[in-house]
Amino acid sequence: MKHRAATAVLVLAALVSLPASAIAPGDPVRGEAIYARCQACHALGYDRTGPKHCGLFGRRAGGVPGFRYSPAMAQADVVWDANTLDRFLANPTGMMPGTAMGYAGIADRQERADLIAWLRQASASPIECPP
Amino acid sequence: MIVRINPFFALQDLGRRRFLAGTGATLSAAAVALMAGRPALAAGQGSKHDDLETDVRILNTALGAELEAIAAYAMGAGSGLLQKPVLDLAVQFQGHHKEHAAVLAKTIRKLGGTPVEAREHYQFPTDGLKTQNDVLGFAAGLERGAVSAYLGAVPLFRGRELASAAASILGDEAMHWAILRQALGQDPVPTAFMS
Repeated sequence: MKHRAATAVLVLAALVSLPASAIAPGDPVRGEAIYARCQACHALGYDRTGPKHCGLFGRRAGGVPGFRYSPAMAQADVVWDANTLDRFLANPTGMMPGTAMGYAGIADRQERADLIAWLRQASASPIECPP
Repeated sequence: MIVRINPFFALQDLGRRRFLAGTGATLSAAAVALMAGRPALAAGQGSKHDDLETDVRILNTALGAELEAIAAYAMGAGSGLLQKPVLDLAVQFQGHHKEHAAVLAKTIRKLGGTPVEAREHYQFPTDGLKTQNDVLGFAAGLERGAVSAYLGAVPLFRGRELASAAASILGDEAMHWAILRQALGQDPVPTAFMS
């Protein structure tokens, strides 16, 4: 009995130590291909049905000047970084009910990591996003 | 023979029914339920209203993208870069997007919403469009994105009839994408699945 309990504690400790919330390293080359899914509504350098992605990292949600956001996005207390993007891309309407981004999300964690890796590069590119 | 269909036919009665059940009548029912001390029933009625709002919001996002696609094809057709028969193809695809937009706007109104309107000005990457293939590649990117957008929207619709109708539009966008890839000399159907 003692042995079984000790084993359970060890298994639990191992599970707790797993970085369940950590984001897998992303591949920006794959991420660029995944971004094709976003191009009905988004572009890097200019606003479309969705806001532009240049300057995305570190920007407050609803923070592109002049873009007409949903009230949910405009009032969200979120700053975009790898973690918040991962949560949003996994389930946009779950994280932010009322968002105009009526998209079920990207279920595959690795795909999200790849897309985020590419967005991190491209949204800060001086060619795509001149100052 | 191609039979022209109305993918939103199933909504012709449903729209009115859901509207009545989801807005004014629903709020009255919710108020009655609250007054009768039945908060669970009131909450249920409120969630129907939320469902309607969700569907209208998704439809309006789709409509916004369709209106932009119409403008994009107008830009492409007017660029002077497209030669027949590719030019005819662009005009035909633009016509499809006009049909999508019209039926989306009509459905939004049926559900009690207000359809978004076309912008006065759309921004397109015209500096990078120098040849027919540039225009085709740009259009293919929009169509490919549209497939993903509808694919991502279909599971979110609270009304199954709306999901079915959106899937019908998705099929058309996928055909556009394949034809444009073919015109570009690319594999028209590069994968077995879309995402």
